[in-house]
Amino acid sequence: MSVVSGLTVSERHLALFVLGLLALAGLAMAVGGRGDPLAVHGFIILAVSLGLGFFVMSALFAPEPPASRLAEYYDDPIRVGIVLSLAWAVVGMFVGVWVAALLAWPELTFVDSAWASFGRLRPVHTSGVIFGFGGNALIATSLHVLQRTCRARLPDQFSPWFVLIGYNLFCIVAASGYLIGLTQSKEYAEPEWYADIWLVIVWVVYFLIYLRTLQRRKEPHIYVANWYYMAFILVVAVLHIVNNLAVPVSFGHAKSYSLFSGVQDAMTQWWYGHNAVAFFLTAGFLGMMYYYLPKRAERPIFSYRLSIISFWGITFMYMWAGAHHLHYTALPQWVQTLGMTFSIVLLVPSWASAGNALATLNGAWDRVRTDATLRFMMVAAVFYGLSTFEGSFMAIRAVNSLSHYTDWTVGHVHAGALGWVAMITFGSLYALVPWMWKQERMYSPKLIEVHFWLALAGTIVYVFAMWNSGIIQGLMWRTYNDSGTLAYSFIDSLVAMHPYYIARAFGGLLFLSGAVVCSYNVWMTIRMARIGRAAGAGTDVPLHGEADAVQAGE
Amino acid sequence: MDIDHTSLVAFAKSWGLFYLMALAVCVLVYALWPGNRKRFDRAKKSILDKDDRPKE
Repeated sequence: MSVVSGLTVSERHLALFVLGLLALAGLAMAVGGRGDPLAVHGFIILAVSLGLGFFVMSALFAPEPPASRLAEYYDDPIRVGIVLSLAWAVVGMFVGVWVAALLAWPELTFVDSAWASFGRLRPVHTSGVIFGFGGNALIATSLHVLQRTCRARLPDQFSPWFVLIGYNLFCIVAASGYLIGLTQSKEYAEPEWYADIWLVIVWVVYFLIYLRTLQRRKEPHIYVANWYYMAFILVVAVLHIVNNLAVPVSFGHAKSYSLFSGVQDAMTQWWYGHNAVAFFLTAGFLGMMYYYLPKRAERPIFSYRLSIISFWGITFMYMWAGAHHLHYTALPQWVQTLGMTFSIVLLVPSWASAGNALATLNGAWDRVRTDATLRFMMVAAVFYGLSTFEGSFMAIRAVNSLSHYTDWTVGHVHAGALGWVAMITFGSLYALVPWMWKQERMYSPKLIEVHFWLALAGTIVYVFAMWNSGIIQGLMWRTYNDSGTLAYSFIDSLVAMHPYYIARAFGGLLFLSGAVVCSYNVWMTIRMARIGRAAGAGTDVPLHGEADAVQAGE
Repeated sequence: MDIDHTSLVAFAKSWGLFYLMALAVCVLVYALWPGNRKRFDRAKKSILDKDDRPKE
């Protein structure tokens, strides 16, 4: 309620207008898509926009928010983004443990229906954690870093909500689509054409928020974290548009066909796929690291110059690395070699960033020992260094001939996703949550410690299990006997994987429990803020007065 | 216009290389330019400010 009354009256009208348009679009999809899965999404969009419409209307006639709000940063969408991010983390990781269990015990399909099959659940896991958890954390932290480093408030209060809610609508449409069997079969780009178009609109507004705030900045120089966030937004837009160029069967039909075919399609997809890793899962999170790590360590970044050099290195070299996903395919040999070479050179800017982060901590190691939040960030930098080394190594054609199609790839992805992306996110959120809810600290520093060890143990168990199973798989698939035929059948390798699959499910379970602990801790911190607000102040205190009230109460 | 495979490779191998070299030089010059040192130092220290309000 207070969120809506924080909007100006004209922003509330704009919100209603946009929600009305969205409801109409949903209705059109529901009607036009009769008998097609498209209609399901039409109804979802209709329901979401009507629900939000009622929410806006509930405070439509509230008085204008006080002008004093302009002397504060606009943090409401950041707070909601943090909560959404953690909700997606729990859901996405839960589905991850579920599919890991399905691999270890295939008979576990206790729900005997299509939606519960591995092929439909897996993208719910990948999209849930990458886009749901990671994306919401990126949006929330980027809006925080942007305002603080520019020392300027966001230009308006409507567009951040449009981005946050619109993005989550995209995530919901994506995840529900997988369950009802909708996919364009492109990894990390599974949602169909209408969801893709919607994401482009949301993304353009996101980029405009960035540009408009930078325009209002009170600092002469744009802090490096913003460069990373902007590269993330801009490049993801380019990748998303090009890879999703497709023609729908009709406007009343969810299915579409890609403009590309054959090896061009594969190359476009992996140009997209690898740069999604580079700009979604790396650039954005490096932005997070370059702000929250120095902030938490209370030390400036070791070398600002190095951070700039590695920024341009990463942005310009990652673009060419995608071909390493297609070694030994119909892709021309020289394109494979190009991808391989750039992947190896990429190690330089990657290690420059990891080293820069660790060198920043030099002189603050005592804090790393006592502060689990900072330790999350430190471990993230270590895993960033490890997984970028591993990635460059695996991109070498000869190594790839062993690793490709095996669980080693899965292990590599999770060393990056769990060890780097999730660790830096959790560290940043633990730093950010007390600032956002005006608390001295998180509800329980002990629980952060518990989460840290759960996350680290889970990551290590997971990654080691996949390294073992991946290399065994790779070796079994290439072992020949005296007569020149394969020594092992595929099913032999599958049997050999079984113990590792159980270990992987267990490692994932540890990591999931860490995320649950984190959500509880954040929830209790929010409650602490609410109780402090109720006890320390009268009922009529405006939002920006609360900080002092809480401190006085403590 | 039809671009055949060999000419595309030749283009990528020559101009692609030059453009990346030029870019690397530009970035290095910008990052290491002595005159920029002051703004970089200010940028890296100013984020540590505890002040949590936009500037007027």
